[in-house]
Order: sequence, then C-alpha cells, then structure tokens
Amino acid sequence: MIKTEFRKYSKTALILTSLFILGIVAACGSGENSSGAESSEILIDGSSTVFPISQAVAEEFRKDRPEIQIPVGISGTGGGFKRFVTGETDISDASRPIKDSERATAAANGIEFTEFTIAFDGISVAVSSSNDFATCLTTDELKKIWETGSTIDNWNQVRSEFPNKPLRLYGPDTDSGTFDYFTAEVNGKEDASRSDYAASSDDNVLVQGVSGDQGGMGYFGFAYYAENTEILKVLSIDTGVGCVAPSIATIRDGSYLPLSRPLFIYVNNSSLQRPEVHDFIKYYLSNVNELAEEVGYIGLPEADYVSQLAELN
Amino acid sequence: MTKQAAPKSNRQRLHAVRVLRDRVFVTGFVLAIVIGILGLAALLFDVLIDGLPSLNWNFLSNYASRKAEQSGILAPLAGTVWIVGMTALMTIPIGVGTAIYLEEFASKSRFNRIIELNIANLAGVPSVIYGLLGLAVFVQFLFNGSRNVTAGALTMTLLILPIVVIASQEAIKAVPSSYRDAAYAMGANKWQVVKAVVLPQALPGMMSGIILALSRAIGESAPILIISSLVWVTFVPTSPDSKFTVLPLQIFTWISQPQHAFRGIAAAGIIVLLVVLLSMNGVAIWIRSKYQSRPEQ
Repeated sequence: MIKTEFRKYSKTALILTSLFILGIVAACGSGENSSGAESSEILIDGSSTVFPISQAVAEEFRKDRPEIQIPVGISGTGGGFKRFVTGETDISDASRPIKDSERATAAANGIEFTEFTIAFDGISVAVSSSNDFATCLTTDELKKIWETGSTIDNWNQVRSEFPNKPLRLYGPDTDSGTFDYFTAEVNGKEDASRSDYAASSDDNVLVQGVSGDQGGMGYFGFAYYAENTEILKVLSIDTGVGCVAPSIATIRDGSYLPLSRPLFIYVNNSSLQRPEVHDFIKYYLSNVNELAEEVGYIGLPEADYVSQLAELN
Repeated sequence: MTKQAAPKSNRQRLHAVRVLRDRVFVTGFVLAIVIGILGLAALLFDVLIDGLPSLNWNFLSNYASRKAEQSGILAPLAGTVWIVGMTALMTIPIGVGTAIYLEEFASKSRFNRIIELNIANLAGVPSVIYGLLGLAVFVQFLFNGSRNVTAGALTMTLLILPIVVIASQEAIKAVPSSYRDAAYAMGANKWQVVKAVVLPQALPGMMSGIILALSRAIGESAPILIISSLVWVTFVPTSPDSKFTVLPLQIFTWISQPQHAFRGIAAAGIIVLLVVLLSMNGVAIWIRSKYQSRPEQ
C-alpha cells in the first residue's frame, strides 16, 4: 500500500513541479519580448470620469478598424499622468489640465505632447426631490456651507427664509477630480473644504444619500443627476447675474458657472506620428460631440472641435 | 412529606435550570447561524433578481461596451481564469513546500520561529500594499514596465502565500505523530514518511486552505487596479505576457457608472464570479473526498 502511495505521489509531485517550472520559464520568457511595443495597440489610461467617453469613441472606432486594440484604464488623472510622462501610455484621459510638476517630468523624459479639450462636465449641486424650499443658491452661500471650518448644519443658517431643517452634506472624497474642481471654484483654494461631510468615491452612493434625505445636499458629475432626475432636484447657481441651472445648453454655452469643467485628453506626440493614433485622434475629435452626450457628458461648441482638428493636421 | 419533597424539588429545580441553560445556548447558536445565513440569502436573492435577466450567452461571449445591453464579460472572465490558474501554479508548490520544510525538516531554532512569526504577520497586510509592491518589483523591475498577466499572478501569489503556508502547516501538525513513528519503524526515511504518510493525511486540510486563499485572489480588485488599471479590454489574454483585466474590476466599473442599466449587468457579473468561485470549491471538495474515502486510511 505504501508503495502505491509512493507512485501516486511521485507522479503528482512530478506534474506539479513541471507545471511550476513551466510557469517560471513562461514568466521569464515573457519578460524579453515585452519591451517591443506593438504598433497596432493604442494604450489609454487616466481619469475614470473621462473613461466612458474614451471607451465610447474607441468602441465606435474599432467597428471600422477592428485590428487596432485600444485598452482603456482608470488609474485616475494623476495616476494616468504618472504613466504618460514616462512614455508608457499613448493617450492620457484627464479631468484637469496637466500640472507644472507633471509637465516638468515629461520634459525631463523627452516626452512631448498635445492637449485636446474634448467635452464638458457640469458639476451639479443637488438636493432630494422631497426638498421643497431650496431652488437656487449663490456662490457665496455655497462657499459659506463648504469652506474649511464651516459649522453650518441647518438650512436656516444658509438663508434665514429657509426652514429649520438639519443640513447634511454629501460629496466626493479627496482623491476625486470633482472635489479638486469644486473646492477650487467655490472655496477659492483647491482641496480646501470642510471635512465633516459624508464622503464617497462612488457617485451613486452620493446620489442615494442625497435622494433619501430631505435636508441633504451633495455635488457630483452632471451625468449622475441626469440619470436620477426623478429622485433628485438640481440647484441653480447664482454668481451675481441670476440663477442658472445646469443643463446641456447652459453647460455647452458656458453660462452655467462656475462649475462647468472641461475634460481633456493628452496625446504623446511621438505616438501621434503613428498613422493609427493620428486616425484615432481625428476620429475622436470628429465624433466625441455626439458620443460624449450618449454617456452623460456635454460636447463643446462645434467650432472648438473644428479648430482642434485643424491644429491636428 | 415536606422533608422528603424538599430535596426532590431542589433536584428538579437544578435540573430545570440546566435544561433551561442548555436551551438558551442552543437557541443562541441557532440564531447566530440563522442571522448569518439570512444575510447571505438576502444578498444572493438580490443579486439573482438583478442579474439573472442579463445573464445569457451574449453576456458571456461579448466584450464590454458603453451600452449596457451589449456589454459582455469575456475579457475579465478570461483574465480571472488566467490569474487564478497561474497563481495556483506558483502558490501551491511554494506554499506547501514551505509548510513541509517548516514543520517536518526545519529545526525549532529562534531564526525559524522568527520566519513563522513573519509569515503570520504577512497574512494581515492589506492587499493594496501588495499591489504597490507588485508594481515596483514585478512590473517596473522584472518586466520592464509591462503590466502583464504574469505580474498580476506573481502579485496575487505574494498576497495569498502566507495563508497557504499557515493552513498547510496546521494540516501537517494535525497528522498524529504515531503515524510517522509507524512509518519510521518500517524503515522509511524522512522524505518517504512525508511523501507517503504526512502529505496524504494532510491533503484535505491543505486543500481547504488553498481554496480559501485562491478564492481571496479571485475577489481582489485593489492590487489588480494598480497592476493592470485596465477596465476596457477587447481581447482575451493569449500568453503570460498579455494585458488583462479581471472580474472584480469590471464589476466595480459597471457599478460606478451613472446609467441604471449597468447595475443589472454588474449583478450578472457577480453571478459569474460566484459560479467561478463555487466551481473551484467544488473541485477542491471532490479532490478532498477522493483522498478521504480511501480504505487504507
């Protein structure tokens, strides 16, 4: 009996060992040919906000050119730029312009790039649809609510005619590009915000929180409001020239201020010389207007695409 | 009468208290298991209700799309199979080998005790740390910036290796030393004892540990987000050098989309993930019962 055990287990051990060696060999072998970039691949990484737009454009582009692979990642705007400035990626999705420090790293690595503005996102301040008193806030009131050290916790502290109702705040966490933009525009300094609000990196969680709370208020991308109009009420914003509510029209024509933010893609110039990348960017600028709206963002005025296309050629 | 009745009723009272205590604890334990199972059942029910309508052949054979109804899960499903397969190939020999060495061959020196302590500590390190380590060591250093399946599998191997080592050690410890002594008495040497007596006896316990560990590897998204970051992939990995994405990452991306339709396919993705997990568990249970039911043991 012991003998059959021996045989059985030596066989198992042999198989396991050979598989293991095979794995190691495969792993080592793969290291060698990894440096040669495949020309039929366009690698995109960066902002998860811009991701749905790049995905939509790449998906449509591949219907005509299925031989080109276009994987898209969501490392975040900063994480995407880290890869982009070392030449690892061809295109970087970004929900903010590139920072000087990132620009400097790119220059040090000999990476030249071109910036394209592709769409707008209108950061929307929303309350629950059961909130029947608030319709419009001034930028000063928003600042009073959200600034660092703010202790406002009741709607009647925001404006005296508002009812005595506890104000509960929901917002994106500090890693988010939406947070960066909102704090810069509303509080006057990027990342300066009160911190005692319910924060989540998942905008759908914020939507759920705000919609179920009559005294709740939160901010997130326009798409998340547009998909939930029956449970949310969006607030108009008054910068001193009257109340403007976010909508496709007001975001596109620039009248929804100050929370319309442009979204970008950055393209490595040496990648741009590859014909398939050039074709892709051309396709991107020609079709993003329509595709961006399909995934919940707002296209630029047509002239902006025309001028960027001219710059490309 | 009263003199006789008093001790009897006292005994009865004591008995009643014991019975009552027994019942209270049994009820408590049943309640504990019911709460656990009800929670799980509610989650499963919710996922099945949301996900089953979207679960069809197209969903399994298509790539992801911006349109929920055209979206499929092929790329992340294949990526997960690759990652788990390669992770198992690397983890099982190293993990079981380490456990055998530590339990059967290593002396109980201070140095070896420090190694064991550190393995236990490594099992508690958050997975995102392993992701960063994998990015620095495997992606940047070993593979020259290539974020391939092998780098992902190596990272997962590091992540679950401590669990496999500890579980295997416990399984080996549970083998009665009389079995070893019997084999030695028959003239077997140390390796023969390990091969013919300890390993077959410890195998069921090891399998449980390995499956738990691999299940963890299947469900991890944080390290893969760092290693791969890709969530839209329109190809299946064909070699250990391919780019990839995995199921939890795809599910996470779908759930965070604003469009409600993606909630349904995210649930369908969770069902696929569960099926992969359960079939792996099934294989493990089959292997375990195969070895447990052998008559010579």
